[in-house]
Amino acid sequence: MDLARNLFRSTIGRKLIMAATGVVLIGFVAGHLVGNLQVFEDPDRINGYAHFLQSLGPALWLVRLFLLACVCLHVWSATVLSLESIKARGSEPYRVKRWIDASFASRYMRGTGYVVLAFILYHLAHFTVGAAQPATFKANIPHYVMKGDYHILGVTVVQAGTEVLDCRSMVIGGFRNPVVAVFYMVAVGLLSLHLLHGAESLFQTFGWRNRSWERALKAVVTLLCAAYFLGNLAIPGSVLLGMLR
Amino acid sequence: MAKLDSKVPPGELSGKWRRHKADIRLVNPANKRKYEVIVVGAGLAGASASASLAEMGYKVSNFVFHDSPRRAHSIAAQGGINAAKNYQNDGDSVYRLFYDTIKGGDYRSREANVHRLAEVSVNIIDQCVAQGVPFAREYGGLLDNRSFGGAQVSRTFYARGQTGQQLLLGAYSALSKGVASGGITLHTQSEMLDLVVVDGHAKGIIVRDLVTGEITRHAADAVILATGGYGNVFNLSTYARGSNATAIWRAYKRGACFANPCFTQIHPTCIPVTGDYQSKLTLMSESLRNDGRIWVPKKKEDRLKPPASIPEADRDYYLERIYPSFGNLCPRDVASRAAKRVCDEGRGVGISGLGVYLDFAESIGRLGEAGVRERYGNLFDIYKEITNENAYKVPMRIFPAVHYTMGGLWVDYNLMSNVPGLFVLGEANFSDHGANRLGASALMQGLGDGYFVIPYTVGDYLATQKPGSRPKTDAAEFKAAETEVALSASRLLGIKGKEPVSHFHKRLGHIMWQYCGMARNKAGLEQALKEIPALREEFWKNVNVPGSGDTMNQSLEKAGRVGDFLELGELMCRDALAREESCGGHFREEHQHPDGECKRDDVNFAHVAAWEFAGEGKEPIRNTETLNYETVKMSVRNYK
Amino acid sequence: MSTKTFSVTVRVWRQAGPGQPGAFADYPVAGVNPDMSFLEMLDVLNDELTMKGIEPVAFAHDCREGICGTCSLVIDGKPHGPHHGVASCQTYMRSYKDGDVIVVEPFRARPFPVVKDLVTDRSAFDKIQQAGGFISIRTGSAPEANSVPVPKEVADLAMDAAQCIGCGACVAACPNGSASLFLGAKITHLGELPQGQPERADRVVRMVEQHDAEGFGGCTNTGACTVSCPKEIPLDVISQLNRDYLHATTGGRRSG
Ligand SMILES: Cc1cc2nc3c(=O)[nH]c(=O)nc-3n(C[C@H](O)[C@H](O)[C@H](O)COP(=O)(O)OP(=O)(O)OC[C@H]3O[C@@H](n4cnc5c(N)ncnc54)[C@H](O)[C@@H]3O)c2cc1C
Ligand code: HEM
Ligand code: HEM
Ligand code: SF4
Ligand code: F3S
Ligand code: FES
Repeated sequence: MDLARNLFRSTIGRKLIMAATGVVLIGFVAGHLVGNLQVFEDPDRINGYAHFLQSLGPALWLVRLFLLACVCLHVWSATVLSLESIKARGSEPYRVKRWIDASFASRYMRGTGYVVLAFILYHLAHFTVGAAQPATFKANIPHYVMKGDYHILGVTVVQAGTEVLDCRSMVIGGFRNPVVAVFYMVAVGLLSLHLLHGAESLFQTFGWRNRSWERALKAVVTLLCAAYFLGNLAIPGSVLLGMLR
Repeated sequence: MAKLDSKVPPGELSGKWRRHKADIRLVNPANKRKYEVIVVGAGLAGASASASLAEMGYKVSNFVFHDSPRRAHSIAAQGGINAAKNYQNDGDSVYRLFYDTIKGGDYRSREANVHRLAEVSVNIIDQCVAQGVPFAREYGGLLDNRSFGGAQVSRTFYARGQTGQQLLLGAYSALSKGVASGGITLHTQSEMLDLVVVDGHAKGIIVRDLVTGEITRHAADAVILATGGYGNVFNLSTYARGSNATAIWRAYKRGACFANPCFTQIHPTCIPVTGDYQSKLTLMSESLRNDGRIWVPKKKEDRLKPPASIPEADRDYYLERIYPSFGNLCPRDVASRAAKRVCDEGRGVGISGLGVYLDFAESIGRLGEAGVRERYGNLFDIYKEITNENAYKVPMRIFPAVHYTMGGLWVDYNLMSNVPGLFVLGEANFSDHGANRLGASALMQGLGDGYFVIPYTVGDYLATQKPGSRPKTDAAEFKAAETEVALSASRLLGIKGKEPVSHFHKRLGHIMWQYCGMARNKAGLEQALKEIPALREEFWKNVNVPGSGDTMNQSLEKAGRVGDFLELGELMCRDALAREESCGGHFREEHQHPDGECKRDDVNFAHVAAWEFAGEGKEPIRNTETLNYETVKMSVRNYK
Repeated sequence: MSTKTFSVTVRVWRQAGPGQPGAFADYPVAGVNPDMSFLEMLDVLNDELTMKGIEPVAFAHDCREGICGTCSLVIDGKPHGPHHGVASCQTYMRSYKDGDVIVVEPFRARPFPVVKDLVTDRSAFDKIQQAGGFISIRTGSAPEANSVPVPKEVADLAMDAAQCIGCGACVAACPNGSASLFLGAKITHLGELPQGQPERADRVVRMVEQHDAEGFGGCTNTGACTVSCPKEIPLDVISQLNRDYLHATTGGRRSG
């Protein structure tokens, strides 16, 4: 009772919600990147992987609903907190406006967050629903036949010879359009920026950050965000450069 | 003539307070709720009193002119607070703390009060620790102590250089608890501008809301003033700019006696004045004198030369020369006067000529710059911030500055003034420090008064007042007082003269510093007694207070306070003139030993001078309370 | 000590009273001495205005040595002026040069309404304190001070946080108008000490509730507060605040 009331009603509570959902979302995007990087290997890999995910059925829906809930909570908290902040600042702005010490990433959390939200919507329309680029959508292009088995942790989850959707061709086909590819690159750039502040900030929110390892934390987060950015950049980038076809 | 009954309980000194507490009248718990007590001030004394009285069940209204109780001037105290805990096992005891304080005060304080102060000192530390005051600790986790001037034992408790701040925050948190529980009603930005006396008893105050300008009346069964010291009469001092005498001065004009007004403490190590615009003097810790050597050039012509270019032979290390055994570590009043003398001779350094060098070259040679930095780094930083000079390279310049007022409203053993129902606590009263206050004892007194004395003694008075008998605020006395307050404000606003308030404050400060400062003499004081009334007259003709009375008006606030200083300054000079002796901070040049030390006159002046207001334009009456030393033998202070 | 004086222009926010419209006014100040404090420069200006029959600029100040927390100017967009770790009253004119235009504004945040000119009402801080910023002990009932040893590091940590002067610069600087640094300082000070343990969980919940009720915003960890704080209270106190809050709301250690 207390827990629910305090979490939803107080500034710190909402911040904790944002951090907790942030952790889930980070987990998702990190996993998603690892999965997506299989595009650089044999087509069996990514297509098998996509097929496996689709085959999970109800479990997949549970995960999707959970993710959706997290995004909603995250965006809700962010929005409420932002509105409160605007109110708390009062109606009279400073004549000389300065961002004191705030890092670039931290200043634009709201902006990067909402752009990422827009990106997610587009992305779902693009690769999940097929509304954005129907011509290259996986359901509208020839299926793919698995050459070998696809296994995860040694367990075979998709067998050779299975006919699956050609996820790989869809992605590559999609990114052949430079506008789309550049949009993705910008979006993942903003997301990385969002994470640059967010991933550090969540430690503070949970009360795990302090002076003694502040620097180390910052370094690790920066490194991981850079890796995340480069990893994501690689996919549309390689398609554009013709290295992935 | 006012009747001054000190009400010191009879019997052996160390049992007085215990017996008094047992004998004192009590208020029935069910009745406490029916009594309202006004507390003006939320420094250490006022906040601790408010909190304790509210806990006991009284209804307390607390008034401060600050925007938060946490900003009282007590916040600025740096050094520490004394207590006879004897944690260092160096032979400290209640008696020794009592004795040191009596001697430090040059035998001009009341024995019984000082002994009680020493007794409750130990409870203060317990109380503060329990409140969460983060006193300095030793590695073993127990409380740490440092030693302070005027004592041979380590009994000073401290919290870095912010002891006053931490103690005040403790008292403020207790006050906040009282507000939360409904026992205390807080009135911030509310300046008390008059005391209301009904049938000879203090029964209320008149207050101006500093934000809206509204003037309101407040009635109570008893009134407690804990409004701090009045050193800003000198304009330049180590006090916060807002510190003022208005509350006690207006109470004086309603009949409360003002005791020993001329007893002021001048601290030797402050950063000197740099220009006429200056508003504040900053204290540098006394501890610097442990390693710094004080000097001025021997020759006047050298005073503006770069100090490094003056050879050893041309320097006068005057404290070491005059006081070979105590040297740079002689007491505050002695060191201050010596600095004044060399500057009067024209050897003062800096453009103003009001400064002496505090030189660390020798100790840097001995300890290395790092060693000095370790001990005093933060002080050197403050010095650099204010003066832009690097004291590791050039000597510091220091000069004495007004720091504390030992005088204040006269109170009896119960801390009640001669106006029944009016209690006075903390620096605002005169009681415990005699003619000179030892370091780290003002904080002790403020908290002692508020936590451990007033909670008992206020009951002794209230028990004589029928619950519910306090007058209503529409009583004639309230109306009259309110009208007077309103009139005086509109008078100030109506003058529309040529000079800002600060102009008069500065001039008064110059007069006071010149004639009633570190050294006083008959001719000078008589001169001041001519100049001050003239200045006051000019003030009431020529001050310019812009704006109106019905909004925040800082000029009006200042004008009221300076108006009071212009009267109080005169009383101080009068008191200094009448006290034909030298004692502690009061140095009359006519009364000195051949070596320049204070010459006390215990035959004629072992008394408190309690001045009584006799009406506008009339000479005030000098009442006296004889100081009976039953336990301690009076002797000469000697620091050679 | 310097004797060369110079002139500046102060562009200062003037507002007659709470809720009234305000505007900037430009005032030249001549004869500025580099050793003057910023507030002394304003004193000089005010005396000149007074003599011209203009109402002086109201600004809050008291101790003028950086400890009372009364002074509260935003100078050229920075709460407490250009330097780190000092209050407005410890800013000196040697930081400026001839011809400078210095913009002076009040601390701004909705819970700190302007009272007049540069003076704001910060009583919201007192309310937060009253919500739980204390250890409930009765006068006279305290145990012997040395009966509870406190490790030196713990006492030092508590003291680091306890130094907060309650000025509100953290709020003035925060892009969210959050008082988290102030609140965190209280929570850390009392929460570190053994004496503060019994009420620890309750205290943080109640103080956060009051913080929100006063209309302060939520922290997004931008760090502007600690940079503007005259006592350089570290961000760690916010971390501690959040941790205590999480603990209090999930741990069920609430006493009340
Ligand atoms: C720089 C400095 C350092 C010091 N260091 C030490 C030290 O290390 N150790 C030590 O023991 N002592 C020290 N002292 C002395 C000590 O700080 C003071 O004597 C003591 O704090 C006074 O406390 P107080 O409660 O009596 O009054 P204050 O703290 O001055 O409080 C006065 C209160 O009264 C209120 N008030 C005043 N007039 C009115 C009015 N008319 N209407 C409404 N409210 C009013 C104010 O708002 C304030 O709340 C130092 C003093 C200075 C100047
Ligand atoms: C270059 C980068 C990316 C590529 C190549 C990529 C590729 C894909 C593909 C192919 C799918 C469809 C899987 C399928 O249905 O078969 C998908 C789904 C999805 N992607 Fe991405 N993605 C990228 C970046 C992102 C980012 C940055 C986010 C989040 C912010 C994201 C969020 C999602 C989500 C939420 C889904 C839907 C999952 C589901 O169906 O439940 N993607 N992505
Ligand atoms: C995949 C998507 C996202 C991830 C992984 C993510 C992650 C995070 C993380 C870890 C935080 C830090 C929480 C904390 O400080 O405790 C955060 C904060 C925030 N997020 Fe997101 N987020 C995502 C999407 C969004 C979206 C769509 C929005 C849009 C509104 C958004 C807005 C914010 C805001 C405003 C903050 C607070 C900023 C701050 O604390 O400084 N985020 N996010
Ligand atoms: S945390 Fe710092 S900035 Fe905030 S009120 Fe305290 S001292 Fe001022
Ligand atoms: S500036 Fe504000 S956002 Fe947080 S870290 Fe400080 S309270
Ligand atoms: S005036 Fe006290 S902190 Fe600046």
